[in-house]
This record gives sequence, C-alpha cells and structure tokens, in this order.
Amino acid sequence: MAEAYSALALLRHGVTGRSWTPMWRERPLERGYPVVIIGGGVHGLATAYYLAANHGVTNVAVLDKGYLGGGGSGRNTAILRSNYLTVEGVRFYDRSLELYRGMASALNFNVMFSRRGHLTLAHSDTSLRTMRWRAEVNKASGVDSEVIGPDEVKRLVPEMDTSATARYPVLGALHHPPGGIVRHDAVVWGYARAADRLGVHLHQHTEVTGIEVSGGRVTGVRTNRGPIATPVVLNATAGWASTVSDMAGVPLPVQTFPLQAAVTEPVKPFLRTVVVSGTLHVYVSQTARGELVFGASVDPFASYSTRGSLEFTEGLAGHVLQLMPSLAKLRLLRQWAGLCDMTPDFAPVMGATDVAGFFLDVGWGTYGFKAGPVAGEAMAECIATGQTPEIISAFGLDRFAQGRLVGEKGAAAVGH
Amino acid sequence: MILLPCPWCGPRDADEFGYAGEIRPRPDPSTTTPAEWRGYLYLRRNTAGWTRERWFHRMGCRRYLVLERDTTNNDVRPSTDASSGSGS
Repeated sequence: MAEAYSALALLRHGVTGRSWTPMWRERPLERGYPVVIIGGGVHGLATAYYLAANHGVTNVAVLDKGYLGGGGSGRNTAILRSNYLTVEGVRFYDRSLELYRGMASALNFNVMFSRRGHLTLAHSDTSLRTMRWRAEVNKASGVDSEVIGPDEVKRLVPEMDTSATARYPVLGALHHPPGGIVRHDAVVWGYARAADRLGVHLHQHTEVTGIEVSGGRVTGVRTNRGPIATPVVLNATAGWASTVSDMAGVPLPVQTFPLQAAVTEPVKPFLRTVVVSGTLHVYVSQTARGELVFGASVDPFASYSTRGSLEFTEGLAGHVLQLMPSLAKLRLLRQWAGLCDMTPDFAPVMGATDVAGFFLDVGWGTYGFKAGPVAGEAMAECIATGQTPEIISAFGLDRFAQGRLVGEKGAAAVGH
Repeated sequence: MILLPCPWCGPRDADEFGYAGEIRPRPDPSTTTPAEWRGYLYLRRNTAGWTRERWFHRMGCRRYLVLERDTTNNDVRPSTDASSGSGS
C-alpha cells in the first residue's frame, strides 16, 4: 500500500532520508479478471479508478502495450475547457472540468491544475458569429463564457498583435475564465496510484494480440504474456482504437491522424491565459516551468507515424509570430506527435457495442485528455450497472447507423 | 518531405496533394439500405499498414490518382491502377 502524501510525510521523509514507496506495484498477471481495460492512459486508468472507488469493482486489470501514459495522455497540450458548441458537449466537458478542479484532493496527488482562462480568437466575421453562438450555449448551461473585443484581448495578453493591419486581425475572442492547464503526467500517475491503492492491477508492457468472442459475447483476451479470461473488455486506446476493435469484429467510424506539438525553452512567466486561434491552427500556453507549449491541428493526411515534419515547424512558427511577434527570438526545445482518432462528427464513441461485454471509449480526436475524468466516471458506471449513463447517451456507436451525428466540429476542431 | 508518385507529373511533394481517403466499395444507391449507406459514409478500415487510397493533385494536374501507402511509416508506392482516379 502506497503511503499518503502530506506535509507531515514530507517532513518525515526529509528528516529520515527514507525513500518513498513506489506509486504503484508490479503484480503477477492473473488468468482471469472480471474487467479488463485495454489502454493505460488517463481514460483507462480513470475508468479503473472509478470502477473501484464508485462501484466497488476492484478486481480490474489495466493492460498497456507500452508504459502508463505513454500515448495520447503524455502527448497532449494539457489544456482544459468546457466551452463547447452543443449542449451535450458542454455538460460533458464541464463535468470533466469539475473533476479536474477537485482532483488533487480526491486522488491525494498534486496535478498542478491552473485555472487561468482560455481565449479563442476570432479573425473573421464567421468565427465571431460562432463564438457568440458558443457563448450563448455555454451561458444557458451555466458555463462562464463571454465574447470580448480586441481591447480586452490586448489587456489580457499585452504581447498579442491586435492591430487592424495584421494579416489576420483579431476581431474578438471567446473568453472562458474557468479554462486552464494541468500537469498531464501527474493526472496519469495520480489515477494509477489511486487505482492501485484500491486493488486494481496495472500491467505495463502487456500487449493485447486478440479478443476472444464466442456466441456474440466476449470471453477473454490474448496477450503477449498469455491469455486472460474475462467477460468485460473496454477499449480505451487512442491511435489503436480501430486495431483493437477489429479484434472483436466491431468496425469504427475512425480515421487516425497525427497531431504535432512543440515546446520552447523556458522563459519568465508572461502568458497568463491559454490562447487559441482556429484560423491560424495554433494554440499556446505557458507551463509552470516557463516553457511555451504550442499545438496545432492534425496533419493533412491519415497516418500512424509519429515522426515530426519540418513543414509543421515552419507553419507553426509563422503562425505563432503572427499572433505574438515578440516571441521571434525564442528557440524550440523539441517537437513530437500524438495520434488522434478522428470521428466524422468530432464527438467520441462511448458505451456498449453489439458484442456483449465489449465496450468502447474511443474516437477521442483532439479532445481526449480534457475528457479523461468524466469519460472514466461514465464508463465505470456503464460497465458496473450495464446501463448507459445519460451524460454519454449521445455518444453511442449506433448514432452513425441511425444518422444522429452530434456536430461538435465548430468547437472541437483546433480550438483546444 | 514526402514524395507522392503522380502518374502524370511524376514524384511531387505531398503538400501539393489533397488527401481523399481510403478506397472503399460504394454501394449502389438505388438498392442500398440507409444503414448500409451510412456504413459506407462513416465506417473506415483505418489500416495500420499498407492501404490503397485516393489523392487529388490540387496544385498540379488537378487529377485524382490512386496509390498505396504504409500508414505506419508513410512509405509510398504507385498502385497498379494509379491513373484510375475513380478506383473502387
């Protein structure tokens, strides 16, 4: 059992010099589990944690072919917000933000949540109209969101070029004060540690190579470390959503695209808000360490390759400098790519499937990290009760065959 | 830089092309069911490996072409029916 983190524990370790116990344990792979979760990222770990914490289902295995948080959970730009366009989206992401706000105390782990406001810039009349629409949808759902003018943008971000002569002048912005950033690795470790303390088995470097289905029901999974019997499998992967679903014979409306991001050398804190420009395909925030984190839209064609490209770096640098010319001397420290499973309506695919016992929590496109806590909470309820929770009822796989798409593109594309 | 083999222009920078996605069989609209048609619209194989797909040479000859690409590393080879942009 990992020890609790507290000021007293810190003092004790400081005085005695004793090492901290590992955050989670390596346990033997058992022959069977009541629930197997594929994917040890924030979604899979949150689901395991809420299964144990909210529903008393502790005998859960989380399998990851790599290490915990090595996929999308460690590659996103860690931006949190709930200013979506549809009523379903707003209430869903707002619940996630609420869980993020209380996460440090709930998990006894400092996830460094920083509420700092979120600006989505409008460079055209069309996007200004969408911002107004989003602000009204948000306010009707009780989410703090307001359209502000260029003067107010300049006051919030003095470094921004808000002149009327800019190539893409800033006509206004959607200001969302509850938005912010969080330390994404800490979220993964916090959930992993809390789930481990409740009895969940975390198996890293355990790759699922097949899913056994018999008579329309899941009966087990095959892994590189041997077979596991189980009646319930959750596909909580990103980048491998289609590959894993194919093993159970469930086709998905998903196309996988890389999304590249980059980070600069650390500088003195100056950027207090998250800045997003859909027109310029860029979003910027400054970490607690002082680095500027840049993200972009997905690459122009589907791929599973996470290799960076010079085209991306050039485009990104140009776009950032159009927003904040004073950053010209900053140097990029590194760039990387993560895999985004894009769906036709920019909304996820969650819940049960036609194969009994095979559940989906996939199609997280470019918005999976911010949804991790609420997705875990909802999927845990879905698995434990066998009922689809109301908050994810719009996100079922059957919506595509029935033609009931969600239509979240206006707020989910680029605008992180 | 990734080069794509255009059957009319030769190898060109991928930036010149528009990606039109993997090739999948189109059901006959006069006999298909709504569910089958929506499957055609939305479901994708999303293969991790070699796949056949359609591209549009938007900054070149402005014609459609078919090629094969390994989606895990972006290796590309011309399809035997590269110039048959309609593919099926």
